[in-house]
Formats: sequence, C-alpha cells, structure tokens
Amino acid sequence: MAAADELAFHEFEEASNLLAETPDAVTTSGSGQLTPQGHVAVAVDSGGSYGAEEEVEESDKTALLQEKQQPGFWTFGYYQSFFDVDTCQVLDRIKGSLLPRPGHNFVRHRLRNRPDLYGPFWICATLAFVLAVTGNLTLVLAQRRDPSIHYSPQFHKVTVAGVTIYCYVWLVPLALWGFLRWRKRVRERVGPYTFLETVCVYGYSLFVFIPTVVLWLIPVPWLQWLFGALALALSAASLVFALWPVVREDTRLVAAVLLSTVVLLHALLATGCKPLPLEPLAPPPQATSLPLNLLPPPTPRSQVT
Amino acid sequence: MSDLQRLMMEPTDHHAQALFAGLSDISISQDIPVEGEITIPMRSHIREFDSSTLNESVQNTIMRDLKAVGKKFMHVLYPRKSNTLLRDWDLWGPLILCVTLALMLQRSSVDSEKDGGPQFAEVFVIVWFGAVTITLNSKLLGGNISFFQSLCVLGYCILPLTVAMLVCRLVLLAEQGPINFMVRLFVVIVMFTWSIVASTAFLADSQPPNRKALAIYPVFLFYFVISWMILTFTPQ
Repeated sequence: MAAADELAFHEFEEASNLLAETPDAVTTSGSGQLTPQGHVAVAVDSGGSYGAEEEVEESDKTALLQEKQQPGFWTFGYYQSFFDVDTCQVLDRIKGSLLPRPGHNFVRHRLRNRPDLYGPFWICATLAFVLAVTGNLTLVLAQRRDPSIHYSPQFHKVTVAGVTIYCYVWLVPLALWGFLRWRKRVRERVGPYTFLETVCVYGYSLFVFIPTVVLWLIPVPWLQWLFGALALALSAASLVFALWPVVREDTRLVAAVLLSTVVLLHALLATGCKPLPLEPLAPPPQATSLPLNLLPPPTPRSQVT
Repeated sequence: MSDLQRLMMEPTDHHAQALFAGLSDISISQDIPVEGEITIPMRSHIREFDSSTLNESVQNTIMRDLKAVGKKFMHVLYPRKSNTLLRDWDLWGPLILCVTLALMLQRSSVDSEKDGGPQFAEVFVIVWFGAVTITLNSKLLGGNISFFQSLCVLGYCILPLTVAMLVCRLVLLAEQGPINFMVRLFVVIVMFTWSIVASTAFLADSQPPNRKALAIYPVFLFYFVISWMILTFTPQ
C-alpha cells in the first residue's frame, strides 16, 4: 500500500505539471480529492499500470464535459457554476492560502482550475465587518482608559471598508489579468490564468487578515506591527507563489516590476486596514480639547455616565 | 350531467374514476386552508371564496393577516422542524419587524451624521439586502428553497433580536455602567443564538448535505451584524 501511495503521489506531481502547461485540459476530479482516475487521465504515458477501461471511462467523461454547452451569462445556471464547491473544498482552499509553499501553485494545486466565487465574496464581506467591529471595539477600549474620548458607533466605517475591499479584490485582479494576457505572446509554455482564478487567488489570500485584525485589538504597538508583518508576509507569499509560474517566462524586468507592484498594493491594503484601530489611540489631549470647545460642557460629562 | 353520473356510478373504468374523482368533492365545503396557498383545488370554490373576501369587513381582513403573522411568530419563538414558515410564507412579518428594529435603532440627530449610529435607511438596507444576498447565496449553492420562502424565514427569525432591542432599550433607562453592559451583552448573545437556531431549523434541510455549513455561515454573519448594531446602541 505504501508503494502504491508513493507511486500515486509521484504521478500527481507530473499530472499537475502537465495541467499547468495546458490549463484548458478538462479534469474530472469533482470532489477535489486525490483519486486514481485523475492520475490516469493526464499521465497516460507514464502510468500504464491502471486498466485500459478506466482510460476509456475518462475519455468518455471528458468528451461529455466538452459537449456540455456553457449556459449563457443571462441564465441562473451560469452563475451557479461559480458556486459549485463543497464545505471541505472551501476549507481546503483557505488552508492552502494560509500556508503557502514555494512549489505549490495555489491555482493549479488547490483550485484545480475550478475557481469559485463563494470564497472571495464571503471572505471580503467578513473582513469588512470584522474591520468595522474591531474599529468600534478599540474605540470602546480607548474610551475606558480615557473617558473624555467621544464614543460613537461609527457605522459609516462598514461602508468604507466594504467598498475598499471589494474594489481591491475586483479591480486589481482585472488589471493583473489584462496585463498578463497582453504579455501572453512572450510566454510559450504556461498560459495565463482566467479572470476568476485571479480573483480567487486574491480573495483567498485576504483570509489571513481576518484573525490578524482581531489580534490587533491587543494594544501593544510592537505586537501589532509583528502581527501585521506576519500577515502581510503570508498573504503576499501566497500571491507571489501563485503568480510566479506565469511570470517566470517573461523578461526579468517585467517579472520583477509586476511582482513588486502586487506586493506593494497588498502592503497598501494592509496598512490601510491598520490605522482604523489606531485612530482613537491618537494623543488624548487633542481629543479632549475639541469636544470641550465645540460641544456644550454637559455633553462630555454625559459620555462618561 | 347524466353522462357524468353514469360514469361515476360505473366502478369498472379506473381511468375515468380517477379523472372525475375530484368532482365528488364539489359539494363538500371543508375548511381547505387557503391562506397563503397557491394551488386551490376547485374553480367554483375560488369564486365562492373571492366574493367572501371582497365583502368581508376590513377588520376581518386585518385580523386574518395578523393571526397568520402571529402564528408564525410562535413558530419562531418555539422552533421545531415544521413546514409552516416555508409553506405559508408572507412578508408582512419581516416588514413589521424590520421597521420596528430600524425605528428603535435610530438615534436622535444631535450627533453629526458622519459619526452616528445606523440611520433608519441603513438598517433597512442592511436587513433587506442582507436577506436577499443570503437567499441568492443559498440558491446558487444548489438549495431547493424558493426566493420568497427564504426571505420570509430570515425576516421572521429577526424576532428574537427585536425582543433583545426592546429589552436593551429598557435596560438603558437605568444607570449605565459595567453591570448594565453585561446584562445587555447576555441578552443579545442569548437572542442571537436563538435566531441562529430558529433559522437553521427551517433552512438547513433545504441545502445539499455537503454544503450546509457554506449556506449557514452567511446567516451567522447576518445576525452577528444585527446583534452588533443592537449591542452598540447608545441613546443620546
């Protein structure tokens, strides 16, 4: 059994490399788990130990899938195809984005060319709400320490955070995808990612910020910077490792500029998230002087009670 | 009519019997529950019922709808696996609850608009667009629940949180302090759990089994946001 497992794992590496070269090849691994059929479909040359009937079965399935018409974009079924994921698949993809490995390409190994919109959409929504909630919480905690700070729920932060994050996850992959397609002619081996795959990579890479934003509640500055740096490193690493096989073929200058731009934009987003908790920690004397000047005297007193 | 009678009296032809079997029910005026149902068996029955709802007094109409809403409130407060919310869906209950919640969450406009809590329109938009998004999400994941049934369930399960808002407002009339906050926190947490349990009891069965968690998580997020709005409410 161990020998068979070893053999299976080795074949899968080859299979995924072949997949990386031909992203349009249709795979039939519906459940997202390692199945022997997946090996047979792609590594037909090297894995002759499996029976020929499995090969025939796979080719039948492939033909069937290619025959099935993609429903038009005005039908509900078109959008349903982007939500065709199970719970375990989503959890698996999140784990893959949390622990990026240099050889493991997120798109090929985790997404297996089946991007979904569920993950990016709900991760962005969660991040926006968690940002607003923790921003509110830091204000509450700051007010406990210094009762003169004016507390208010600051509900508009949800809107601002939400709009920013959704724009980031949609516009930056659009720009990246456009750029990669424009450079397609330079590349021979590896095709570009589809737009949805890029959105997926970005969406899942934002997941690591959710626990980080919660941890930023701890009011110790060096710890906050440490968590921020860690989150940025993990997130940017998963982005870079996903993009590396595609830009590797390009000239060094273009590859370097592209990757550094990606990392820079990601760092901008991370620092954009950070000052939201830090605002109320601005020097208290300035905060107290304003309410005393602008508002009638009884108001600060009522804040305390 | 004589032909039909002859056909009805002959027991041999099963097909004809099945065809005309429903005719024997015309004269029986049973209380078929029509409220909220889309398929009504007999045409003459419809005409009879329509004229009676046109002629009835306004009080009867209102009381009938209120009773239906009240019945569903009971189902939410004591959640069991039943089909009532799904079968006889209506959107009156969610509208009443949403308006009540938004009115109670509205602060007086002493504060500047920018820094304040959620205004009426914000609460309204969050509740209804949140419910629509969750419904779309569950339908895209392959759930077999209709659009309005899901809206109905999500709207009715806001009832525990509305009760929590009422309790919080009453508690806030007392003097503020950490005990005050603890009481409010406890009440909101209990009601939040109640909402989640109630909506899961109604919605979970309509999802494919390996995607239940994916469909329930947005519901959790939705009620969490509403609970957060309730908890951070401070009257000024």
